[in-house]
Amino acid sequence: MSAELIPRAEPSPPRASYLNAGYGVKSWLLTRDHKRIALLYMISITFFFFLGGLFALLIRLELLTPEGDLLQAETYNKLFTMHGIVMVFFFLIPSIPAVLGNFFIPMMIGAKDLAFPRLNLLSWYIFVVGGLFTLWAIVHGGVDTGWTFYTPYSTAFSSSRVIPAAVGIFITGFSSILTGLNFIVTIHTMRAPGMTWFRLPLFVWSHYATSMIFVLGTPVIAVTILLVALERILHLGFFDPALGGDPVLFQHLFWFYSHPAVYIMVLPAMGVVSEIVPTFSRKRVFGYEFVAFASIAIAVLGFLVWGHHLFVSGQSVYAGLIFSFLSFLVAIPSAVKVFNWTATMYKGSISYRTPMLYAFGFIGLFTIGGLTGLFVASLGIDVHVHDTYFVIAHFHYIMVGGAIMGYLGGIHYWWPKISGKMYPEGLAKFAAFVVFVGFNLTFFPQFIVGYLGMPRRYHAYPPEFQVLNVMSTAGASILGLGYVLPLAYLIWSMRYGKDAVDNPWRATGLEWQTPSPPPTENFPVTPVVTWEAYEYRPREEAQVIG
Amino acid sequence: MRTDLPLFPDRASTIASQVDALYFYLITVSAFFALLIAVLLIVFAIKFRRRSENEIPPAIEGGLALEIAWSVIPLCIAMTFFFWGAKIYFRMNRPPDDALQVFVVGKQWMWKLQHADGMREINELHVPVGRPVQLTMTSEDVIHSFFVPAFRMKRDVVPGRYATVWFEATRPGRYHIFCSQYCGTNHAKMIGWVEVLEPNAYQNWISGGGGSESLASAGAKLFQQHACNSCHRPDSLARGPNLEGLFGRQVKLADGRTLVADETYIRESIVNPTAKMVEGFQPIMPTFQGLISEEGILQLVAYIKSLSKPSPGSGTEMLPPGNTMPAPNRPGTEPGSGKERKP
Amino acid sequence: MAEPEPLPAAEHAPGRLQHHFRSMEQQRDASSLGMWVFLVTEILFFGGFFLTYTIYRWQFPRGFAHASVHMDIVLGTINTAVLIVSSLTMAMAVHSAATGRRKPLLGFLSATIVLGFVFLGIKAVEYTDHIRHHLLPGPGFQYPGGDGPAAQLFFSLYFGMTGLHALHMIIGIGIVTMLLYMAYRGRFSPGYYSPVEVSGLYWHFVDIVWIFLFPLLYLIGRHLK
Repeated sequence: MSAELIPRAEPSPPRASYLNAGYGVKSWLLTRDHKRIALLYMISITFFFFLGGLFALLIRLELLTPEGDLLQAETYNKLFTMHGIVMVFFFLIPSIPAVLGNFFIPMMIGAKDLAFPRLNLLSWYIFVVGGLFTLWAIVHGGVDTGWTFYTPYSTAFSSSRVIPAAVGIFITGFSSILTGLNFIVTIHTMRAPGMTWFRLPLFVWSHYATSMIFVLGTPVIAVTILLVALERILHLGFFDPALGGDPVLFQHLFWFYSHPAVYIMVLPAMGVVSEIVPTFSRKRVFGYEFVAFASIAIAVLGFLVWGHHLFVSGQSVYAGLIFSFLSFLVAIPSAVKVFNWTATMYKGSISYRTPMLYAFGFIGLFTIGGLTGLFVASLGIDVHVHDTYFVIAHFHYIMVGGAIMGYLGGIHYWWPKISGKMYPEGLAKFAAFVVFVGFNLTFFPQFIVGYLGMPRRYHAYPPEFQVLNVMSTAGASILGLGYVLPLAYLIWSMRYGKDAVDNPWRATGLEWQTPSPPPTENFPVTPVVTWEAYEYRPREEAQVIG
Repeated sequence: MRTDLPLFPDRASTIASQVDALYFYLITVSAFFALLIAVLLIVFAIKFRRRSENEIPPAIEGGLALEIAWSVIPLCIAMTFFFWGAKIYFRMNRPPDDALQVFVVGKQWMWKLQHADGMREINELHVPVGRPVQLTMTSEDVIHSFFVPAFRMKRDVVPGRYATVWFEATRPGRYHIFCSQYCGTNHAKMIGWVEVLEPNAYQNWISGGGGSESLASAGAKLFQQHACNSCHRPDSLARGPNLEGLFGRQVKLADGRTLVADETYIRESIVNPTAKMVEGFQPIMPTFQGLISEEGILQLVAYIKSLSKPSPGSGTEMLPPGNTMPAPNRPGTEPGSGKERKP
Repeated sequence: MAEPEPLPAAEHAPGRLQHHFRSMEQQRDASSLGMWVFLVTEILFFGGFFLTYTIYRWQFPRGFAHASVHMDIVLGTINTAVLIVSSLTMAMAVHSAATGRRKPLLGFLSATIVLGFVFLGIKAVEYTDHIRHHLLPGPGFQYPGGDGPAAQLFFSLYFGMTGLHALHMIIGIGIVTMLLYMAYRGRFSPGYYSPVEVSGLYWHFVDIVWIFLFPLLYLIGRHLK
């Protein structure tokens, strides 16, 4: 698509859209429209995000002082457990796929809906039921096993609500599986004529990779949780050392899913960044095929590195070697992505709108998260930093610095399409800045305190770690503000925001060729795709670098 | 509030300086790449900022050479991390032969430690400077992890198996022991101290223990008490394998496999005797699961180990040959195991 | 997976094309790919059990072989035969649907349901037997000889794996019952029978899982008898 073909920005009259297609509760709760289901997800995960954030706040407050004086040890243990469970299973994993993926994958490939709309709605209901189980567990005493549910503590020693929480995660897992299945089938069978695999936006590629993990990994965590539940309720022994069972086997099974789950969180965010950077540079993404295959490579390699969580658990030295080696390999596709995004900006036309600021933030924080991943992949260093705050800082750089920056960037990027309104730009830029500063202030000190040796999941700690913890708590309060701001102004903008034009960023994706907000059917006529992804200028004109 | 701001942990073991060297190397490389990306982002963002609303920049396609370059160069650098880290890891997992032996049992929420010659400690570990110390660890309940930041040393303590780890302290002082694997309510209170002493001070400390008998001789008593010797005996009436010289030897199992008899194997054979049957014996041994405590099993293991050591005929049977430490001056603790041993 | 639903527009099967598909072919491709992806998920789901089994059997070969002697080989063999025949009737049902013969379709679906119940009935008899002999893991577990712990692991896996398989059978019977109702209402035609087809895939999958479970749980100790 050449420059002249980019639709001009012009105001559009009020029209029928998916938002005004029906106003009753039923029209939402029984909808099969992927866009409405995406909004249902958005509301649910926003609730869980702030719930998990509340737990984080209490954790940080407790850690202001070394003595452990604000909360009881038991309460603290429940708080970090529920922070982990809520954030990982009920916010991060569904965040970008179930909201932005759900909303935009069909639109990006020129389809009217996902392949299985009813299954999509069912996924949301399953998610809600799983969430209710977990909420029930939280309200009725909470869980104190850590989100990792390590045996034999979870099967034989904890007296907290392990079963309802585990059942909640088990159920929610099926929601992930069905979402992943739906995406895979949709991407395979529902592409519009002319939408070949290598014309797909990279957001779709990264969701295809994510869906592979959903489909292949989630059942393993499901069966692992089932084994824990059977052991706890029926005293079937699977990991019981008294029977010769091996508690470390649980860790293998758990991380076989939960390591790839990290990529479930970050791959979609990479997909968002791969949309934002070309749009706000007005250039085709540098090395499209490499970025696309890097997503697949990360998903595949992600399944082979789980053992790096067990370097100090007593697995054989040689297993440690192999897992360490493979973990370093994951760094390569990640580095390829970062270099390509950066190169995309070269000789671009770069605009500093809010989504681009989040993309900058993502690239910076993900780079730090990825580089510190090399530290923990390195056997000699991991022995020291394993289970310390170093690891906490590392994975928050990936999961919060990466995934949440990506999510917020994506929400701002597509907000005009989702809501038909513009968010307030100045305030949004300010919030993005606050999030970035608050995040670094919260988590950077944790690298230092981690290398000093402060173990994770400590309710009280030796006094020499205090200053760094105070810094971290101070940063967390700034970060908290950064998260509340978008919630407030986005809600505000739904009513008072300026009306959005169809394609405010002059992006090239199919989703921008529909009205904002889109009609229920997305496209009145199935589009026929004749151009490449991100083709701001014809590819024949392109100068090849490198 | 304490206002001191330590940025780097104590360095008090031989391995610590090696770990730190790799750590600094990684920091240097990481800082380089992080700055590279940051500078490129900022320079591009400023230099190529949008100057008019309608501009469409020239099209640029990525080429293969550049992609290969920024895949292969990071890969090569990552491999240096890998090999260096693996080298240190190997060293961490190869205890020297002449290490002092200490046995550790973790339980919610304390560390119980016992030295080879019987000295017991709780949440404290006294070791001499400049001597390798090997810990053999297990747990009575859940998984714990024995972590001494100043030694850059950590190992999970898993119920049902033995974990071994070693260190050699280089600087006298008092260093934290943390439990770093979440283990329940008072996980954060499962903290202890390693007290690294000068050799003389250590000698004074260890000889001030008084009265405790060595692990191996306590194990020998247990061996009698549970009538293990009625089956495990060297003569023709033996219904179980003879345990003399067993430790560290290849064992042929009834199902054709062979394995080396180590601590974990001996432990398993006590609690789950039919799991790995020795060739030529019947599965008649009952399980001692729940009948002997983890500490008791450790004593039995120490005893069986002592049956394989060439005996210098002194009270130092658990200390490696050639060690310079004189036998503790406690004639009363002449090991009971002495009579079982063949010269 | 497929979602039959009367909506306008279709080529061969009026009212069977959902609004968001462009053609019946696309709709059929989607249903069948959906089921295959789902089965991949299922393989991974059972995979956790199979992996656990493999590791413990490798660790305790003797205990596992001896424990498996306590299985009722006759009932197990009958059940294997029952399942294989049910797969045949299911395949015949798909064939009948594809060729548009309603009566055989109803007959084969009913036969599949009946065989499914026979399997579950026999399984229930076996479970009762095991429980009566104190072979249900937990505090009441009793096992002669020194292999107790390993045998308990074996029976934990036995109950876990066959229980999960039985759960899949129950779900399968539910699905086939739904198909029976739809077939009775005449919803299928040679142009539209993908619900029968993809449910058939599921049924065969559950059958295949049993083909693996049977030797692993029943046959490994035969040489000891």
